[in-house]
Amino acid sequence: MDSTSTGWNDIYLPEMATLLRSEPMTADERFFECKLDSGKELGHMPGQFVEVSVLGIGEAPFSISSSPTQTGSFQMVVRNVGNVTHAMHGLKSGDKIGIRGPFGTHFPVEDEMRGKDIVFICGGLGRVPVRSAINYVLDNRDDYGEVTILYGTKSPAERLFLDEVEAIVSKENVKYLETVDRGDEEWTGNVGVITTLMTDMMVDPRKTVAVICGPPVMFKFAIMSLYKMGMVDKNIFVSLERHMKCGVGKCGHCQIDGLYVCQDGPVFRFADIAEVQEAIQ
Amino acid sequence: MTKATNLRLDYDVTILPPKSFFQPQNETLLSFQRGKGYRSVIETEPFLLLGVHPYDMVAITQMDEIFSQGNGDVHYVSRRQNATIVVVDVENVSPDVFAGHMGTYKVEEGWDVLLTKVADQYLVESKTERGAALMSSLADVPDADQGWLEMRQLVWERNKGRLRRHELEAEPSTWPDLLEEAYDHPIWEEKAKLCFSCGSCNLVCPTCYCFDVRDEVHWDLVSGERFRVWDGCMLVNFAKVSGNLNFRKDEAARYRHRYYRKGKYVPSKIGGQIACVGCGRCITACVAKIANPVEVFNRLAGGR
Repeated sequence: MDSTSTGWNDIYLPEMATLLRSEPMTADERFFECKLDSGKELGHMPGQFVEVSVLGIGEAPFSISSSPTQTGSFQMVVRNVGNVTHAMHGLKSGDKIGIRGPFGTHFPVEDEMRGKDIVFICGGLGRVPVRSAINYVLDNRDDYGEVTILYGTKSPAERLFLDEVEAIVSKENVKYLETVDRGDEEWTGNVGVITTLMTDMMVDPRKTVAVICGPPVMFKFAIMSLYKMGMVDKNIFVSLERHMKCGVGKCGHCQIDGLYVCQDGPVFRFADIAEVQEAIQ
Repeated sequence: MTKATNLRLDYDVTILPPKSFFQPQNETLLSFQRGKGYRSVIETEPFLLLGVHPYDMVAITQMDEIFSQGNGDVHYVSRRQNATIVVVDVENVSPDVFAGHMGTYKVEEGWDVLLTKVADQYLVESKTERGAALMSSLADVPDADQGWLEMRQLVWERNKGRLRRHELEAEPSTWPDLLEEAYDHPIWEEKAKLCFSCGSCNLVCPTCYCFDVRDEVHWDLVSGERFRVWDGCMLVNFAKVSGNLNFRKDEAARYRHRYYRKGKYVPSKIGGQIACVGCGRCITACVAKIANPVEVFNRLAGGR
């Protein structure tokens, strides 16, 4: 029997993509727009991720930040924190990267979120994957009820997608609220953790779905605030971070108890993981 | 192997399990070249594994399921398809084996040929076409009669009794339920406070298959390889993500995770089979002497 007798595709083989845009967003974050060289659509849903390869450096997982309603290319935002991300920050428009994916579960934009009021709760880089769902919802505005976007960052300078705020708030029944941990001289907005935006908030728990993505410490407190509004676990969706090294449920790195974040997540219904000990810390 | 006289089928246990023939310690997955992108590398040719013990064969069949289910791994499966496996029933008992408790002192599936030493001769059985082809090369060998088969049965019964260097009181089938109630059990802290996080238990385990993937550039700076290496959930950085955030930073959390994988998580993916085959290598390899699954599960079965 020869070595090719499986006839299977190599799950570890990236396909090539070309950067259409590579632009700095903040001091640490860079925006990328890319297109598969095959000419095909990536075919993702909001909340999924890809594995990005930089030739000779390595591979790392990144959330897709654009909505599939935007066709022809897809977008990512990458913080400069490690080998692969550092190399990505040196890439310019026209450069090549390798892509595997999309992988994982997605926000239920076509199912449970449809027809509902939506509360998006984003902390820091959590805004990146959630933006995919926000844009999807706003591009299909009639399919959803009231939309509330809560966005918290450490400082005003770390806020992402400021150029999109005007378009967001110009839509009907969309609220966009920001907070920062520490303001600066020009900041006149809310100061405090993200739950300070939720103290006086009212939702109709029977027809509201909440979506949360942020640093690990944020989830517990955001969920407690949602409980106070009467929301229940089955209507809360979280996107969790782990090191999804292989993306295909083999390498073991992203495991949360018995779950593989790369396959069973990264988007989980909170009711499904509320009892999973390692999930929310 | 160059000489048949070098063959030692009476060995007690190998230092490393045969997993390295299917998932090598350092395995090229892809090659890459600037301007050309990535290409799959599947380097394998037909090979014979001679003298695999039954518990290791069970582990191989478990890994077969893991690597072929869902997103099938063409690198592993290609190697596996190229392998002809000759299992030999255990002749000498290794220091820490407990396969007699795990139902892995003998094995019914996965092999092409089974050798069992009966009296001073080997009883040979083939299971597959490849096995039959190997056997057809044996000249003038008499067929085993019922008496020989009965003697082989006695070898199995004897192995079931003597491959028990540690007395397991908790039936393997109870492990998933024991773990269901054991998340906050004090044993994890008690054992793990002696753990050096060296990963030896991972490396020698026939059912540990977690891996890391790395890139290496050749000296020409235009081409290179992506390869995978063995990794281990006991190593401190295993669950670390960027920003210096470690989701399993405590030894106890890592130690517990390993036993949950063996007794609960992996079994849930392979039809309930316990992902510990009782080879005892972890017990021998652990410098802190804390890695004995028998001790752990006996303790869990005995309450707190």
